[in-house]
Amino acid sequence: MIAQKSLKIIVTFALALLPIFSFASKEESLAEAEKEFNATDMILHHIGDAHGWHFFGEGENSFTLPLPVILYTDNGLVTFMSSEFHHDTEGHHVVEKNGMSFVNLHEKIYQLEEGAHGVEFDEDHHPLNAERPIDLSITKNVAAMFITVIIMLIIFNRLASFHKKNKNAPKGFNNVLETFVLFVRDEIAKPQIGEKKYMKFMPFLLTVFFFIWITNMIGLLPGAANVTGNIAVTISLGLFTLVLILVNGSKDYWKHTLWMPGIPTFVKPLLAVVELMGVFIKPIALMIRLFANITAGHIIILSLIGLIFILESVGVAGVSVPFALFISILELLVAFLQAFIFTMLSALFIGMAVEEHEHH
Amino acid sequence: MELITPEIGLIFWQTIVFLVLILLLAKFAWKPILGAVKQREDSINEALTSAETARKELQNLKADNEKLMKEARAERDAILKEARELKEKVLASATEEAQTKADKIVAQAKESIEQEKKAAMADIKSQVASLSLEIAEKVVRKELSSKEKQHQLIDEMLGNATLN
Repeated sequence: MIAQKSLKIIVTFALALLPIFSFASKEESLAEAEKEFNATDMILHHIGDAHGWHFFGEGENSFTLPLPVILYTDNGLVTFMSSEFHHDTEGHHVVEKNGMSFVNLHEKIYQLEEGAHGVEFDEDHHPLNAERPIDLSITKNVAAMFITVIIMLIIFNRLASFHKKNKNAPKGFNNVLETFVLFVRDEIAKPQIGEKKYMKFMPFLLTVFFFIWITNMIGLLPGAANVTGNIAVTISLGLFTLVLILVNGSKDYWKHTLWMPGIPTFVKPLLAVVELMGVFIKPIALMIRLFANITAGHIIILSLIGLIFILESVGVAGVSVPFALFISILELLVAFLQAFIFTMLSALFIGMAVEEHEHH
Repeated sequence: MELITPEIGLIFWQTIVFLVLILLLAKFAWKPILGAVKQREDSINEALTSAETARKELQNLKADNEKLMKEARAERDAILKEARELKEKVLASATEEAQTKADKIVAQAKESIEQEKKAAMADIKSQVASLSLEIAEKVVRKELSSKEKQHQLIDEMLGNATLN
């Protein structure tokens, strides 16, 4: 037992010291290494959206799940599989469909102007002769979203069918799920919205809670998409909260927002502007919080792993891998926490909007 | 900059997918789950309340029993006391009655004795009288058995009877 423990300590120390030695010997090649390996590009590539689901490998040999590209152009809908770009993201490979030419430029699809055979760039590397059509493709994030949706439909249908069959409390995984359903109801919805009106918002709160949580956790898997860390996804989620607030806002809520009672009249319009901004800032804060937290977590893990390649030393792995593992475990907590916070604050904002004030 | 530029396609898909997910889950999952949970909670609460009522009822029953026992004991005591009193009363009255009866008997006995005595006395008197008469007759007969004695008596009598 003791021998095992001391061995562990020695190994840990050795791994911790390794990078120092290897760093010293490779100092001169650092600048070179940075040229070959661009950490920023790597990280942005990993946290960004893509038209194919890349798992491993490089270029033509990479293992990538092709996803459908759906474009709404001036000449109608155009669809083809992302594999037709042949893993090209630099705008070299031109796909011709319905007499239109498309290129994939950094995972953004551009439609070339008629007659053009290749993309021409200006000094800032912006395409000169191509426009972006409306891109409704099933990207990596959309595919990952579908996976979450399928998982949720399966697990909650199982729980529901259990409840339809018997009246007892469920066991095992169903019990875990039910615990969290009750958690959302008793710790989030009831205290924030109130006993009378919470039931109306339960479907949204439960769905958003489990959607964010499950997506966050799936996002932590290697090769998975960064769905909740994408601003478009969080904008959409924030919009749901905003719409719920706007639709369900009580008379009192609008009165307090637009014409606050109990203050001098000349302040009222001023406050109305501030309050009206607040109505929109609340969901915007929700949206930024979720996006930033999840993206930051991914960036930290990727940066730690990226250190190995920046320093071009396997030894760094001794430090950065355990550290990345630690952050990953922390991210598991963050995954739950962000789902909880988003749901909690949504419930709070909705609660504020539907609240009936005591008349003074 | 690319990081914070939202893609319209993703917003579109996320909104559609999420909306459909909410509707599907609301109908097929959240409604039955929350309903079942609510039902279970209600039944648990009901069971708890009924258990509490049962407990209270039991307590009441116990209290009632105790009260009944107490009452029974008190009644028993009262009955015993009454019986004791009755016994004493009966005993007392019986003694008294016996006494008066005895007294009466004694008195009657005394009276009858007295009467017997009187009768006996009267009888004796009459017997004595008849005996005396017989004796006197016999005496007189003996006294007056001779002529001279008869004359003597007559003389005596005449002598006593002074002619005034």
